[in-house]
Amino acid sequence: MKKYIIQSIRLTLVLIVLLCIIYPISIALAGKLSKGNGSGEKVIKNGKTIGYALLGQSFTKPEYFWGRPSAVNYNAAGSAGSNKGPSNPDYLKDVQSRIDTILKYNPGLKKSEIPADMVTASGSGLDPNISEQGAAIQIVRVAKARKISEQKVKELVAMNTIKPLIGLFGPSSINVLKLNLALDNL
Amino acid sequence: METSITLRLLSFSTDYFHYKRKMNTELTGIIATFLLTLIIAIPLGKYLAKVFAGEKVWTDFLKPLENIIYKLSGINVKEQMNWKQQLKALLTINMLWLVYGFFILIFQDKLPFNPDGNPGMTPDLAFNTIISFVANCNLQHYSGESGVSYLTQQFVLMFLQFVSAATGIAAAVVLFKAFRDKTATQLGNFWEFFVKAITRLLLPLSMVIALILTFNGTPASYEGKDQFVSMQGDTVNVSRGPAAQMIAIKHLGTNGGGYFGANSAHPLENPSYLTNMVEMIAQTIIPIAMIIAFGYFIRRKKLAWTIFGVMTIGLLMLMIPTLTSELGGNPALAKMGISQTTGAMEGKEVRFGPAATAYWSTLTTVISTGSVNGMHDSTMPLTGLWQLLAMMINAIYGGCGVGLLNYFVYLIIAVFISGLMVGRTPEFLGHKVEAREIKIAAIVTLLSPFLILAGTAIATYVFTNHGDAAWAVQPKAWLNNPGFHGFSEMLYEVTSSNANNGSGFEGLGDNNVFWNVLTGVIIFLGRFLPIIGPVAIAGLLASKKFIPESAGTLKTDTKTFALMTFAVILVLTALSYFPALALGPLAEYFTILK
Repeated sequence: MKKYIIQSIRLTLVLIVLLCIIYPISIALAGKLSKGNGSGEKVIKNGKTIGYALLGQSFTKPEYFWGRPSAVNYNAAGSAGSNKGPSNPDYLKDVQSRIDTILKYNPGLKKSEIPADMVTASGSGLDPNISEQGAAIQIVRVAKARKISEQKVKELVAMNTIKPLIGLFGPSSINVLKLNLALDNL
Repeated sequence: METSITLRLLSFSTDYFHYKRKMNTELTGIIATFLLTLIIAIPLGKYLAKVFAGEKVWTDFLKPLENIIYKLSGINVKEQMNWKQQLKALLTINMLWLVYGFFILIFQDKLPFNPDGNPGMTPDLAFNTIISFVANCNLQHYSGESGVSYLTQQFVLMFLQFVSAATGIAAAVVLFKAFRDKTATQLGNFWEFFVKAITRLLLPLSMVIALILTFNGTPASYEGKDQFVSMQGDTVNVSRGPAAQMIAIKHLGTNGGGYFGANSAHPLENPSYLTNMVEMIAQTIIPIAMIIAFGYFIRRKKLAWTIFGVMTIGLLMLMIPTLTSELGGNPALAKMGISQTTGAMEGKEVRFGPAATAYWSTLTTVISTGSVNGMHDSTMPLTGLWQLLAMMINAIYGGCGVGLLNYFVYLIIAVFISGLMVGRTPEFLGHKVEAREIKIAAIVTLLSPFLILAGTAIATYVFTNHGDAAWAVQPKAWLNNPGFHGFSEMLYEVTSSNANNGSGFEGLGDNNVFWNVLTGVIIFLGRFLPIIGPVAIAGLLASKKFIPESAGTLKTDTKTFALMTFAVILVLTALSYFPALALGPLAEYFTILK
């Protein structure tokens, strides 16, 4: 028994060096070669960091495309979903009020055109994307608020659409931050 | 105005076909993922059989590294161990990790590598967390961003993700050894299996996966929190850190404990559809490879394919209804008149879509990973039912090494029942199965329903009768959802602990002394008894006289016997858990339909 205890202690120490020092540091060093140097890819405008490419942020003004509802108000230091169950009455009220808000800010829109992702909270609270339909229903509003043609906005949406992986796997989506940045840069 | 609406409606109707196509790319995505998994897992299994048999393989260039490890640790791998010695070595090193980790968790605020200044853990939270990670469960009652330091993430949590997976694999290899030769008492050296599981499997594959993640956007550096001002002028803090390294082994080792609070739903933890495929493949390959390795190692390939077949049918029976339930969307939202073209979206991420999230939810519950790429608490009632069932069975592929051990117990029960039916002494691979082995198998099988049902009953009692107890979260405030779904939250927490799964209906307010202690104890028992039991049975069987196959032998690699095992699993699970499932997810399902 004593032999196993001593072997356990020594083996644990050796493995800590291998697994907790050598392994992670070599990955961190390799990561320096990646976009964002392994610290997350930043989005820079006029020399200032205005966000992270992969992290959604809150957009509420009519001239911007809105992202998905977030249970943590896009707090990138405290990710979480709403964890509301599908039958929870309070949750259903929340969804109804999100539907009402979208209808109010997008006059002429039909309820049946609103996709689920625009009225439900994401898993992380930081979802950077919306669905194509989620963007399509906002085009009229954004064009009007910016006094530019719908066609122009539509083109920007198309340019910022992420296609399925090699055209075959997974959904297509739109990165809201990049789309809004492209709008501001017009 | 008028024309613009007409235009939009026109474009909407053409878009309809577009969405139809989008749906299909979601389905092709999961089919491709499953096929890729098999393409990698099957050769990996053959490779593992050779590695553990000591045959020549291309990774033998790592031998010098292993010899250094043995030398520094004072281990002589030539020393043979019987099954009792194997278990002693396994338990000794696991208990050591419990002590080591507990103290780091408590004192992490006073130790270096804490750039975000996170506090030390309370004793009950540290108790829960350390058991959870030693046991390969990774139930997390803290949130990664605010609850642990970088030192803890790497030197305790990630370390344990490697070694707990290697523990499970090594225990399974003891089982391999027991059935390779006709009669055996010496079953190899535990330390050798354990070290090889790391050097030949977990570490090299983790490096590959960590690099893929890093180059797709997951942070890997040691920089602390960042701050920026968003486009609309909000000040936002961003948690970062060495995440890619941990996410790789969290999946490969079927651990599941996330770096960030939202686990693999977090855009930095799982940046794209590609990484999502990689993470799904990573968590499935070793459990499948271990089954193949078993067959090649004991030279009974047909047995391995039979086991694989039963498990895969089980997987499909859980996955297909999960897909239907999620792709159908939430009936309550459908009543509000919105469009759920691709399925239910609450708690899900757009870049994965409901199909990949449903597939992941099945994988992570059949295998004991417990990582999530969408919040299980917000999935449809029947999805919750399939998730719970998957964890209750806990032997469809199953966790690293332990999945096979769990399935072995079901096999022994099936052998016993078949033996009774045909009136012969039951045998398994040429060894008589007698009272002692059956008793052990029965205890292990009964342990799960006992822990799950008693645990849920205690929690429900405290919730209803002691709602005002002065704990960090008062019992009456535990549940994030009312009614039947609230009951499911408690049932899920206990089931996940017993299965060493670690996922949760995360709405549950679980960081308080009650849940920390209850689930800590359940995780501990649910981990070590189901390892000790099968290893003991295998050791006992191996030491018995070998009986050559005859016309009267019950063959365990036939379709009939596969069906028998399947029936045993189904009957045991259904009988034990149906009442609890009826009170939770089933009741909610019928309410929501109303």
